[in-house]
Amino acid sequence: MDFSLSPQIEEYRRELKELIARVITPEVVEEQHRSGTFNSDALNLALARGGYLERAVPGLGKGDPVELWLLFNELEKAGAPYDGISITMMIAGVVNAVGTDWQKERILPSLVSGEDLVCMGYSEPDYGSDVASIVTRAERDGDEWVINGAKMWTTMAQAAKWLILLTRTDTEAPKHKGLTMFLFPMDTPGITVDPVPTMGTERTNATFYENVRVSDQWRLGEVNGGWKTMGVALSFERGVMGGTSQSVQMLREFRRWAEAEGLMADPLVRERLVRVAIDSEVAKLLTQRSAWTAATGGEAGLQGSMTKVFATEAYQKASRWTQEMAGAEGLLQFHQPDAAGDGWVEYHARHAPVTTIYGGTSEINRNNIAERHLGLPKARR
Amino acid sequence: MNLGLSEDQLALQDAFTRLFDRESPPAVVRAAEPLGFDRGLWGRLVDMGAPGMGVAADSGGDGATLSDLVVVAEAVGRAIAPVPLIEHMVAARAHPVDDVVAGASIATISLRPARPDGTWRLVPAGAIADVVIGVDGDELVAVRSPATGEAPDNHAAAPIADRSARVGERTVLGPAGDFAPALGEWKTLTAAALVGISVAALQLGRDYAMSRYQFGVPIGSFQAVQHGLADLPALIDGARLLTHKAAWSGDQSAPGICNVDDADITDFACLAGMAFVFAAETATRSTDRSLHFHGGYGFSVEYDIQLFYRRARGWALVFDDPSRECLRLADELFGPVAAGAA
Repeated sequence: MDFSLSPQIEEYRRELKELIARVITPEVVEEQHRSGTFNSDALNLALARGGYLERAVPGLGKGDPVELWLLFNELEKAGAPYDGISITMMIAGVVNAVGTDWQKERILPSLVSGEDLVCMGYSEPDYGSDVASIVTRAERDGDEWVINGAKMWTTMAQAAKWLILLTRTDTEAPKHKGLTMFLFPMDTPGITVDPVPTMGTERTNATFYENVRVSDQWRLGEVNGGWKTMGVALSFERGVMGGTSQSVQMLREFRRWAEAEGLMADPLVRERLVRVAIDSEVAKLLTQRSAWTAATGGEAGLQGSMTKVFATEAYQKASRWTQEMAGAEGLLQFHQPDAAGDGWVEYHARHAPVTTIYGGTSEINRNNIAERHLGLPKARR
Repeated sequence: MNLGLSEDQLALQDAFTRLFDRESPPAVVRAAEPLGFDRGLWGRLVDMGAPGMGVAADSGGDGATLSDLVVVAEAVGRAIAPVPLIEHMVAARAHPVDDVVAGASIATISLRPARPDGTWRLVPAGAIADVVIGVDGDELVAVRSPATGEAPDNHAAAPIADRSARVGERTVLGPAGDFAPALGEWKTLTAAALVGISVAALQLGRDYAMSRYQFGVPIGSFQAVQHGLADLPALIDGARLLTHKAAWSGDQSAPGICNVDDADITDFACLAGMAFVFAAETATRSTDRSLHFHGGYGFSVEYDIQLFYRRARGWALVFDDPSRECLRLADELFGPVAAGAA
């Protein structure tokens, strides 16, 4: 195996690091945690101007999966707010994969401009992991569809120009076969957005749809083919677009604080931090492997399930350890004097729990691995 | 970047997997206990040229890279083959004398320095090796002396034994610091063998879960069992990638870096230690889960998983507790503890 990056990719990474260092100022990070919107327009525009967003659309052919991995890896290591663009680039990949020519012309330029974001309406109040059972209805009315229902966890709805929405269009067919996807503007009449504050600071939303009328040209993929369209998105999400290197920034902040506090002589601290560094390296290599697999024409979706379970559970363990090792100072939040890691230790301990839930729970991913990788039968519960 | 095996490595993997499938099935492993050595199997490896394959061509070997040897070591682990191939390959690279390169004499390394009385304690393959390489005081030495052919009763049925760093034909190879590359190679290849043990343990556990029926169905259809097994592939793939990265860094002529703040680690000593720790944890966890899902039969001598379970621990602990290796790694990754600190 050869773990080196090509000179072109090394140059790409060097320029990317420079851009991030220039744009991600303490004020940008501060604004993210003040507002609960984990997005930075300044970053998105700078990335767009540098051509990074266009190159980051999965399957578009402008960049490759190795660049995509490095983009989100570098953003994550820097603690940059990237949730807005990661969803947006993923959905841009879906539009590119299954959209009509009209949709590609109308939507893609907006997504790679760095000006507009997409939010996702998949989960509902009563259906999360069992997303194929959702009940938000889209009913045909001539050349239009009329949508009624409610979605949960519509993160970034407060900032997004676009919405990708999973609806039920056939109530008689088996649950996976009666779903249809739409992608249309958030300012379409009939949509309301209610904020849902979270323990991890990031704001998410409940969204409600009352007689929302959309033209059929906003339908993304086949009628009753929504499950397939969603699978395209998930195959990207569980791959290389962030979420597997969150411990790196946490370890850096903790260690800087622990050095100043004289904690780095403690063998317990030293052993645990090495284990965190080893897990980070493994998570990095698993992600790098997915990027390589995708770049060489392989299917990285199942690898993504494995990587996600490992990386998020390792991050949770690491965030618990760092908070415990910091003791009482590990309870202090941003801006409080004496806060461990300037408050990052407390933030990560508060943020980590969501990572084994969103984007496919650990349990759903383990079902995937058991059935599709180990060849075990459909589980009895 | 290329995270696949080369054509040559795929051929090596195929050749050694087939050899061990044929010549080292569990019956052979059992028959070799308690010493943990099968001289006939060693002879087959000598016939293939395996003992010296990692030695440079101008010293009579095949010039195989550390990355190539990792592929071979994983096959050794999958079959828990009762041969000291890993120790020998490392020793042969450090001390490529003719009979060792040919495999006519078995060589090994002492993972720990000699005690003040000159004893290398519990040397891996010490019960069967003709030549032992290791540190004695401030020197790296090779000592040629007769092996007893007997090992103390031990958890892994490994041919470990005490050896003398002073008695016998003693050759000084260099200062003690010269031992570091050999130790890094041993950690890397042992990590690969532990990956092999993990692969075999997962396979045994998965197959048993599909053949064992309770409540009228295979236990492998129960989600609790599935999820216990589903954790293992990521650990195994991660351990394999980390081991290969260590070997790749060991094969580079330029020194690597160790920048933990940016998660940019290409230094051989760091990666070898990290691979050793992670692979040891992976093998421990994999054999633990697999044995557990065998139920009571897993605890019986009759079933093979116990052979893997004991070696998963023994092959790592013959060096040290992985937690203590973490403390050594802390010095590399974070810098040593400042003098005068608590």
